[in-house]
Amino acid sequence: MVSTKKNKFLENFLKNLLAWCASALVLVPLALIILNAFKGDGEALTMTMELPRTWQWSNFATVIEKGKLLRSFLNSLLYAGCATILTVSLSSMAAYIFSRRRSRGIGFLYMYVVLGMVIPVNYVTLTKIMQMTHLNNTAIGIILLYTALQIPFTVFLTFGFVSKIPVELDEAAILDGCTPFQLFVKVIFPMLRSAVITAGVLCFLNTWNEFIMPLYFLHSSEKWPMTLAIYNFFGQYEMSWNLICADVILTCLPVVLLYVTCQKYIVGGQTEGAVKG
Amino acid sequence: MNKAKVYPWYFAAGAMLIYTLFSVVPGLVGIGYSFTDWSAYAKELHFVGLKNFTTVLSGQGDYLRYITNTLLFTLVTTVSKTVLGLLFAVALSEGIKFKNFHRGLMYLPSVLPILVTGLTFTSILNPKVGFLNTFLRAIGLGGLAQKWLVDPKIAFGSVMAVDIWRGTGYIMTMLIVGILAIPKVYYEAVAVDGANAWQRFRYVTLPMLRQTLAVTIVLNVIYGLKVFDMIYALTNGGPGHRTEVMYTAVFKMMSKGLYAEGTTISSIMFIFMVIIGYFMVKILTKDEVVE
Repeated sequence: MVSTKKNKFLENFLKNLLAWCASALVLVPLALIILNAFKGDGEALTMTMELPRTWQWSNFATVIEKGKLLRSFLNSLLYAGCATILTVSLSSMAAYIFSRRRSRGIGFLYMYVVLGMVIPVNYVTLTKIMQMTHLNNTAIGIILLYTALQIPFTVFLTFGFVSKIPVELDEAAILDGCTPFQLFVKVIFPMLRSAVITAGVLCFLNTWNEFIMPLYFLHSSEKWPMTLAIYNFFGQYEMSWNLICADVILTCLPVVLLYVTCQKYIVGGQTEGAVKG
Repeated sequence: MNKAKVYPWYFAAGAMLIYTLFSVVPGLVGIGYSFTDWSAYAKELHFVGLKNFTTVLSGQGDYLRYITNTLLFTLVTTVSKTVLGLLFAVALSEGIKFKNFHRGLMYLPSVLPILVTGLTFTSILNPKVGFLNTFLRAIGLGGLAQKWLVDPKIAFGSVMAVDIWRGTGYIMTMLIVGILAIPKVYYEAVAVDGANAWQRFRYVTLPMLRQTLAVTIVLNVIYGLKVFDMIYALTNGGPGHRTEVMYTAVFKMMSKGLYAEGTTISSIMFIFMVIIGYFMVKILTKDEVVE
């Protein structure tokens, strides 16, 4: 018995050691960013693990001013916020229809939308469409593009949840005199609460982090979201890693806050639609 | 109850319309344009038949490399993330102190903007002054220091390594959730039969994780085939197109005005992914269709 106890202890020790090593691999780059964001101009030509000589909180003010981050922050908030609301409302309605009207044709339409998770975007012809519709370089254009990108996954995610709501509820509501729209808004949508939050949080994260769409379709700097702003800032201040790190922190902060507060929706949210039990 | 009346089709119209206009139409129109000499410089369009496709697929220039690089990136990162994620998940699912701290931290890279991760690693992997080489020299392993993103022989490996760093924690977390959901009685049952650790893993853990593994693998393959931000930030396709993938190549052709070439590569990718995508979607929706 004593030897198995010893083995168990050794096993647990090794496991914990492995956990710390793996965490360190993630922690080191994060620590590098945080430490260097507070260094003075001369200290941060490169990123090192040394502590800052004096903690320069003013780096954040400098980078907000020089990188015009306030504007970009509001842009990102507008794009991600609108795209999230649009995506979640349109997708949950579509998923509801797909799930309730089971037929061969509807099944095909569902597959057609979910296939959007896989198919690549042809940016060359998309540019032409954006020009023809006069949506190129506009806020509405980028919001519609983000929405188009997120719809397939969101339909897929909410579909599984709608299917679990019993149809008897619909019948009762209709007998009580609900219109189809009231049925969806007052009965179905509230029951989708956790699916809608999961879909919303994931959609917001993905669109906040999105980079390629604005790179192609937003040319004026006053329309740039945070990701495009930091990329441009990186090009201009290549040697000022203290400012770049401060910018990195400001760009990631909303995402990290969302991650910390909504962890239970994010972790598992992506596979929730597909993996059951 | 009249289904068509209670569940009107126009509820689905908004999502269908936006998705079709901005995702499907460009793909289909793009296939049409692949048979032309469309460019920023010509005033008129001419039908050129399969010329663009033969140019791309015959291996002239670097076109073929963009496709093979994309496939290689997808294969290597998906396999590495899955194997590492599985190893970590099995090792770390039980008996870990501060487990929420570890899991929360290891998952974090996958929610950060990929572009920002890439930019950060350009500093860490800098050959002269980057943190990685400085660290290697400091612990006496200076011989291992490399020109990570500059040396043509290893640049692509470095890029893939950064992506594996970013994505492994995500798979690990998914698999831990899956492992913890496996009923303990299964392990007790095989323990009675005298199963060793490997057999417990092989005959209980692995089969029970099948669907989770299938879904994470599918999501990773999709990500890999469409990778852009990571490579654009780290190397922008260099040195000498060694790390160029389809999306970065298309972006360059776009800015050079080579529309026909860009749309041809996009179309090859489109057709390829619709075909494999059909099977992937089948895997993802497997449980739903049966109901």
